[in-house]
Amino acid sequence: MSQLRAEIARLLGVFEATGAVRVEADILQPADVLLDLYGEDIRARAYVTADPLRGEQMLRPDFTVPVVQRHMAVSAEPARYTYAGPVFRYQDSATGRAAQSEQVGYEVFDRSAPEAIEAEVFGLFHRILAPLDLTASTGDVGLLRAAIDGLTTSDARKAALRRHIWRPLRFQSLLARFSQPVAQKLLGAGGQQIGLRSAQDVQERLAQLQDEAAAPPIPPAEIEALTDLLAIRGKLPEALELLQALTRRLPSIGPAVAHMAARIKALDAAGVDVAQIGFEAAYGLTAMEYYDGFVFGFYAAEPGWPAIASGGRYDALTRVLGQGRAVPAVGGIIRPEYSLRAATGSAS
Amino acid sequence: MIKLGVPSKGRLMKETFEWFAERGVKLSKSGSDREYVGRVEGVDGVELVLLSAGEIPRELAASRIHLGVTGTDLVHEKLANWADAVAPVAEMGFGFADLIIAVPACWRDVTCLHDLDAVAARFRSDHGFRLRIATKYHRLVRQFLTLQGVADYQLVDSQGATEGAVKNETAEAIADITSTGATIVANHLRILEDGLVLKSQATLWKSRNAGGDCGPLIRKIGAQ
Repeated sequence: MSQLRAEIARLLGVFEATGAVRVEADILQPADVLLDLYGEDIRARAYVTADPLRGEQMLRPDFTVPVVQRHMAVSAEPARYTYAGPVFRYQDSATGRAAQSEQVGYEVFDRSAPEAIEAEVFGLFHRILAPLDLTASTGDVGLLRAAIDGLTTSDARKAALRRHIWRPLRFQSLLARFSQPVAQKLLGAGGQQIGLRSAQDVQERLAQLQDEAAAPPIPPAEIEALTDLLAIRGKLPEALELLQALTRRLPSIGPAVAHMAARIKALDAAGVDVAQIGFEAAYGLTAMEYYDGFVFGFYAAEPGWPAIASGGRYDALTRVLGQGRAVPAVGGIIRPEYSLRAATGSAS
Repeated sequence: MIKLGVPSKGRLMKETFEWFAERGVKLSKSGSDREYVGRVEGVDGVELVLLSAGEIPRELAASRIHLGVTGTDLVHEKLANWADAVAPVAEMGFGFADLIIAVPACWRDVTCLHDLDAVAARFRSDHGFRLRIATKYHRLVRQFLTLQGVADYQLVDSQGATEGAVKNETAEAIADITSTGATIVANHLRILEDGLVLKSQATLWKSRNAGGDCGPLIRKIGAQ
C-alpha cells in the first residue's frame, strides 16, 4: 500500500512538474450528466446509488467528466490539470477487473497546434513509462470521421454512420445496409395512436424511408476503401505511407492524414522513436467512446491486464459539457497499480 | 438433506407439482393451503422449500438450496454469471415465455431494431431525453440492445402492468415477457421482428456450489 502511495505521488509529481494544477473531483457524481453522455451503457459500468433528495448518483467511473466540467465552468485556456484517486467500475459480468482501482491523470486544454499538444501528452506518458518495456498502440478516430464525411451518400446516412463509430458491429451492419438497394417494408394500419411519438413523427419518418429507398447505394469502391482504411495497421511510418496511398481513393481523409504526418513529426521532435510506435486505424473504437481524434494506449505483455495507460483527444466531449463552448482537449490516465506491478515485475 | 426450491404459489407451483408427480415424486403443501411448508414423498432425503420464483436464482447461487425450479428469464436476469452458479437439470415444458421488445402498433415506420435505433436518435433530439423502454429485465435488455447496437435509449423500471406504460406515457416502448402476445396486442403494441431477447421456460436448476447428493432425486425423475 505504501508502495502504491509512493507511485501515485511520483506520477503526480511528474505531471505537476509540467505546470499542471492538481485538482480534485467528488467520488459521488450526479448520474444525469453521465447518463446523458454515455447512455444506458454506463449503468453496466458505473455503480448507481440514490437518495431521496438528490436522486440518482454514481460512484465516479472516471475523472474526465468532472475535470472537463470544472474547466468549462471556471477556467481559461491554456490549462493543464493533474489528479489522482480511485475510480469505480461496476461488474455486470465476469471481466476480472477490480471494482475499485486508482488512476493518475493529466488533461490539457490548449488551443495551440493540435499535433503539438498531442505530441506533448503522448511524449510525456511515453517518457514516464519508458522503463517498463510496454507496447504503445495509437489510432486516430478523425480518419474514420473524415472518410465518412467524404462518402457519396446522404447526410442522414453519414450522420447514422458517425453516430455508431464506437459500435463497430453496428457500424458494419449499417455500412452493409447502405451498400445495397433498400427493400422497403410497408406496414398496414397501425391502430390507435398512443405514446409521445406523434402521428406526424411517424409520417415524417415514413417519408424519409421512401427517400432512403430511392437513394443510390454507397458505391462499392468507397465501401472497399473504407474497409481498407479500417484494416490499416503497422508502425507509425509505414501506416502513414499506407494512409497517404489510400488518400487517392479517399480524398476526404487528406487533411486528417496530413495532421497525422504533422503529429509524427512532432513526436519525433519530442524524442519519441516513432518507428517503435504502433498504429491501428480501428484502434480505440470499442473501448474509448468519447475520444474523437488521436488515441493511445500502453500495454504490458501479461494477459488479462488492462492498458497501463490510455488517453487521447476528446474535443466533442467539451462541446457537450460546455453547453455551446468547446475547447480542444487531450489527456490520459495511468493505472498506478499496474505501472507499479510492471516495474517490480510481479504479476501477482 | 437436499433442499428443493419450488415456486410457492399459482400456476407455476401447480404445474411443478404435476411435473414431479408424473415422475413419481409427490410434492405437497403440508398443513393449511396458506402455510409455506412442503412435503416430499417418493424419494428420501429431499426437503421442499417454497419460495417466490424470483428469489430462487439467488438462493441457488448462495447454495442455500441445492435444486430449484424457476424460469430461464429470471436466472439469466438475476445472476450475472449464471453458468458458473447454476446448471440446468431439466427443461420442464411449461411456463413458456418470451422476453420481447414491443413498440406502439401505430409506429408503422418501425419494424425492427434498426428502426428503433433510428427513431431513438430522432426522439432524443426532438424531446431532449432518451427514448424510454419500460422493463423489469434491466440486465438482459441492456445486454441485448448493446449487442444489437441500439443507442440513445434509457430503461425505466416497471415491475408490473408494463404493457400499459406506453399508453400512460411513462415509456415509448416496452420489454417484457409474453406467452401468447395477447396482452401486447390488447395494449396497442407490436413485437419487433428481431425483438426476441430470450426464450424462457420453467427449468429445474442445480446449484453448482451447494454440494449435497442430488443423485437420488435426479435419477428418480429420469433427468440423467
